[in-house]
Amino acid sequence: MEAADAASMAVHTQDLAKRYGKTVALSGLTMSVRRAEVFGFLGPNGAGKTTAVKLLVGLARATAGQAWVLGAPVGDLKTRRRLGYLPELFRYQGWMKASEVLSLHCELADLPRAGWKSEIAGALETVGLSERGGDRVEGFSKGMQQRLGLGVALLGRPDLVLLDEPTSALDPVGRHDVREIIRKLKDRGTAVFLNSHLLSEVEQVCDRLAVVDRGRVIATGTMSQILGQDGAVRVRVTGLPPEGRASLGSYGSLEDEGEWLTFRGLSQDRVPELVSDIVNQGGRVYAVEPRHETLEDRFLQLLKEQDR
Amino acid sequence: MHMLTIARLTVLEASRRKLLLALALLTLVVIVLTSWGFSRLPTMNGVTPAEVRVAASQLTILVAFMFSGVLALGSTLVAAPSIASDIESGIALAILPRPIRRSEVLIGKWLGLAVLIALYAVLSGLLEMLGIQWATAYLPPNPATAIAFVAAEGIVLMTLALLLSTRLAPMTGGVIALVLFFVGWIGGIALGIGQAFQNSTIINIGVGSRLLIPTDGLWHGAIFYLEPSDFLAAARAAGRVRAGNPFFADAALPVPYLLWIVAWILILLVLANWSFARRDL
Repeated sequence: MEAADAASMAVHTQDLAKRYGKTVALSGLTMSVRRAEVFGFLGPNGAGKTTAVKLLVGLARATAGQAWVLGAPVGDLKTRRRLGYLPELFRYQGWMKASEVLSLHCELADLPRAGWKSEIAGALETVGLSERGGDRVEGFSKGMQQRLGLGVALLGRPDLVLLDEPTSALDPVGRHDVREIIRKLKDRGTAVFLNSHLLSEVEQVCDRLAVVDRGRVIATGTMSQILGQDGAVRVRVTGLPPEGRASLGSYGSLEDEGEWLTFRGLSQDRVPELVSDIVNQGGRVYAVEPRHETLEDRFLQLLKEQDR
Repeated sequence: MHMLTIARLTVLEASRRKLLLALALLTLVVIVLTSWGFSRLPTMNGVTPAEVRVAASQLTILVAFMFSGVLALGSTLVAAPSIASDIESGIALAILPRPIRRSEVLIGKWLGLAVLIALYAVLSGLLEMLGIQWATAYLPPNPATAIAFVAAEGIVLMTLALLLSTRLAPMTGGVIALVLFFVGWIGGIALGIGQAFQNSTIINIGVGSRLLIPTDGLWHGAIFYLEPSDFLAAARAAGRVRAGNPFFADAALPVPYLLWIVAWILILLVLANWSFARRDL
């Protein structure tokens, strides 16, 4: 993709690489995040997720490759006004009040001073800290700090918000709130780059995702593209002769677990044909269960394939 | 002007963390105690006004040395964690992705710390001088310039600690800056001895140390403006007896050396900026 095409994307990276000494943190990351979409960035610990985000917000410099954020090369000062970022491991100045932290970030983000008050009140309300704006941050729990961090990332209605493990310190209510915030951001046209290893979170809110392992993308696409268009079907059968079992391989990749046969990559409209075929070969069918593959199943499978 | 935002934040942090309050209270106690001590000088048995004047001038230099020490150590302790602990704690991760240059963060911190140092030097120096004058009617020949040199000493050490803070842990940077400060002090004594005995090797070592770490040079600059002219003349006449005395200066700092100190600060700031800009966080 050329720079001109990258301009239309919220994020685009081309062969982005980062090495820390001899350790390769990221090797040839190529991906695109469209404007106004929620993009999940999945990967196991140490896959290079946080490194990628740090490169995108200019906290670290790439060893090789290129990256554009909101159409500008990473690090561009003007573009950073339109970015919101919640780091994974961070802390705010404990001696400041929550409202002062937000005020500082309004100032650093070059927001017009007249709008600070409403921005700060709005951010505190969105993250559920309206009552705590006057309290010093040093008295905040980890979860409250994370909420405040999210509020800081939302200041000034950014065009792109990068969230690095935004719910790692939150309780279930907090996680639900974050999902709602992400949905609202999408509704108002903000692109969200969600870096997470919480698969259920990604599954619930993301339009598209990339799976990274050992510093490179191993799968990317919409949720259905990642999970596969064709699902799996489990069939409980008795009385099927061995040669009959072997002939069923044409319906998809077959996992034989005794009475249970699992067919992967089987289109739903071929299921009646499969059942009829089993019965014709003398098999007795007790159950036919379409099996929905979860993101976790697919994620683990992708990682396993990489290990081979 | 995000640089000024960071400078304001640095001053505000010192205030909120009660650093200013603690320093103000302790300094006031010291000034009251030393002024009381000075006020005892004229009441001693058989002491002449001239003797009070000599004793007051010497004690003033010692008190100035204490303040310069407090300022130098304090500047190091405050500057050594300034960048390093922001990186360690993650505060930098939240601030630097904003539309702010790293150089603005660095210079903003330097500016905030320099204001704090200058403020402390001026206020404590002024109060101490007033206390001494009240107690003994003695005032050094040029207290304002001496205070400026003491402040500059703190700023030099703060700049060094700030540079180290861009790469090293607060503890490591702080210890290195303090070791260099004391090495510089010993280098200054060596220079005095080398000059008295006209030993070129020792002179070169002393000059080298003053160029590399100008804190002792600045301290001698401060002393010179605290010495009354009659005392200075008598001390010069004493010759080698005064050799290596760290509380005596027989000449003002030459202008080229003062220019070098300005350049030294600028060079260290450029290095600090280069180092911080290239650091992956």
